[in-house]
Amino acid sequence: MNARTETELLQPPMHSPARLSNTHLDALEEETVFILREVAAAFERPTLLFSGGKDSLVLLKCAEKAFGAGRIPYPLLMIDTGHNFPEVTDYRDQRAKELGAELIVRSVEDSMKRGTVRLAHPGESRNAHQSVTLLEAIEEFRFDALIGGARRDEEKARAKERIFSHRDSFGQWQPKDQRPELWTLFNTRLAPGEHFRVFPISNWTELDVWQYIEREHVGLPSIYYTHKREVVERRGLLVPVTGLTPARDGETVQVRDVRFRTVGDITTTCPVESLAADAGDVVLETLSVDVSERGATRMDDMTSEASMEKRKKDGYF
Amino acid sequence: MSATTTASPQELAAHGDTGTALRFITCGSVDDGKSTLIGRLLVDSKTVLQDQLAGVQRGGETDLALLTDGLSAEREQGITIDVAYRYFSTAKRKFIIGDAPGHEQYTRNMVTAASAADAAVVLVDATKLAWAAEVEDGTVVKRELLPQTRRHSLLCHLLRVQSIVFAVNKLDAIDDAGLAFERISAALNAFAEAAGVQVAAIVPISALKGWNVATRHADWVGYEGPSLLELLEELPVTAQDEAVPFAFPVQWVEKFSASADTSQGRRVFWGRVASGHVEPGQRVTVLPSNQTATVAQVLSHTRQPKSVHAGHSAGIVLDREVDVSRGDWLLAPEAFEPVREITATVAWLDDEPLVAGRVYWALQGHRWVKAKVARIVDRVNITTLESEPATQLEANAIGDVVLALQQPLAVLPFTQSRALGSLVLVDTASHKTAAAVLVQPAAAKA
Repeated sequence: MNARTETELLQPPMHSPARLSNTHLDALEEETVFILREVAAAFERPTLLFSGGKDSLVLLKCAEKAFGAGRIPYPLLMIDTGHNFPEVTDYRDQRAKELGAELIVRSVEDSMKRGTVRLAHPGESRNAHQSVTLLEAIEEFRFDALIGGARRDEEKARAKERIFSHRDSFGQWQPKDQRPELWTLFNTRLAPGEHFRVFPISNWTELDVWQYIEREHVGLPSIYYTHKREVVERRGLLVPVTGLTPARDGETVQVRDVRFRTVGDITTTCPVESLAADAGDVVLETLSVDVSERGATRMDDMTSEASMEKRKKDGYF
Repeated sequence: MSATTTASPQELAAHGDTGTALRFITCGSVDDGKSTLIGRLLVDSKTVLQDQLAGVQRGGETDLALLTDGLSAEREQGITIDVAYRYFSTAKRKFIIGDAPGHEQYTRNMVTAASAADAAVVLVDATKLAWAAEVEDGTVVKRELLPQTRRHSLLCHLLRVQSIVFAVNKLDAIDDAGLAFERISAALNAFAEAAGVQVAAIVPISALKGWNVATRHADWVGYEGPSLLELLEELPVTAQDEAVPFAFPVQWVEKFSASADTSQGRRVFWGRVASGHVEPGQRVTVLPSNQTATVAQVLSHTRQPKSVHAGHSAGIVLDREVDVSRGDWLLAPEAFEPVREITATVAWLDDEPLVAGRVYWALQGHRWVKAKVARIVDRVNITTLESEPATQLEANAIGDVVLALQQPLAVLPFTQSRALGSLVLVDTASHKTAAAVLVQPAAAKA
């Protein structure tokens, strides 16, 4: 699993980025880099889950620092619901190309064609069905570790998860029986067919992510910043009006200044009202929000109190 | 503004850096109010957001414990099973809290949280203790703490959690709270002295009402000290172990390609400096090959040249080709004497008991070796703190064992070096993490 690095990559860069004294970001970055290298060393076939969203872009920035640009020792994997914001998939492809990384895309639509995913009705969200496609990809490539950008501050089931989180041969998480995780002595031992999910930015908060994006000039898809968009108000959320999510009878379509705090499947992700034009603006907004990142934006989490836990047990990210 | 912090956004943005985050855990016996305390800290520091607060309303009442009990099995049973990590900040500091479960059955999860903590808040439920009784048969009643209070305090102490704070909770429900606090404090101090536990503070609180949690509750139980949160804002983060020579476990080996330059090693050894520091020109010995070399170049975790201190990742290039792979150690020459046998205190975490004669996988740094339990020295009786003979260690037991190692390891007592004195044992059949191993001084137990 050892990557190859040119000697010149070890030389100092000509232009060191301006450094704010920001000890807590340095400590988080060091922890993330340490975990990313551990995955490269301890597993035979790891992959990094890459959606083009802000958390996975922060992960990639850390991977670039850990291994050097063009030297990331694992492929990137995207599970595609077919219902993406084009700005995000375009940016995903562009970034993978810039880094010279292999990008594997597996789509829920292919699982539907194979008959392994059956929708209850044609309009059903494909979001939760990504688990099936993901587990199929794990089997196809025999991945033994999947690096994800999930954070513990996002959601209360995620707040419980280990950094190296064991999955059984059905891809299931056993939340009541997690392995102890002592110091940084990570037990990465596996039986055949099992794998690990690894979360290197577990300890980052939404604010940390945005401060890091600002400090490191991490590029993001444009929809993370203010733009005009057609939306309707529905159950307290601003639902984007798209071909897949048309306005319903009686709803008024309005054009609002919005940005996305989190990006996923079109049918489950909502923007928030905002004029934030850059990462600095978003940092200031994040300091004064009164609704959580997923609460403001995710329709899939509101179905029941344990919806994330249920999806995770089924093999979700 | 209902914000993530008590500081104004501009104030915090101006600081940018909120200093070094404090990682602390809450522990203690079940129902002593750990999750409620964390809920209280989050609410009073205005970290809990509207939608999250709405999610824990039950029939008009807010149940603060539901903010951290994130698994459906936990909400069903009203208990905490695994650690929930929560993040909050005040104007002074960022915090990472691990809410550890109180049930004995889930001690492994408490140990997980404690192994990474700078501080521990051990909750003590005042209403569960027989503090009122004065004399019995003419002798003073011994005020017994709950077994989990003892176990958790002892584990925090053994794991070298830097600051241990007792928070005496539910005092609002007691009429003579002043007397209760005085007597419980005395019992805690007596226990701590017997166990060798350093107590950073004993704070009377009501997690439910918020007394002495974020803000001080004036003129109460004769306590004049800071609130729990004020105290936490000032506690130190875990200091690196001083006076330990350079030691570096090799995590990952990176090869250079194409370079025809053979004047120095053609690989970078990445890892996190366990002790001491590393800079170019330094001599190192490789364990186990015993070859020596000189450090030619040192890179920071982001691949910038610089010298690196303990606790940080580094990339090391040596002046020549030597046999080094993942799991090996680079050590200050002649500073360590690798051993094939260690005596260690183990906190046994697996449901399968530890049995003498069995072989486990042991992990130190990034090195896996087989370790055979040569013998079990003793087990600690949690109530009396006395050592007693044992033939096996059941789940949640703490005891001393002698381990025979398949290959020599450089170890130091855990009290001297966290990195060189800690191992985990892994069951070779189930692959479960079975024990935290804390190395003892070699001659401590004959």
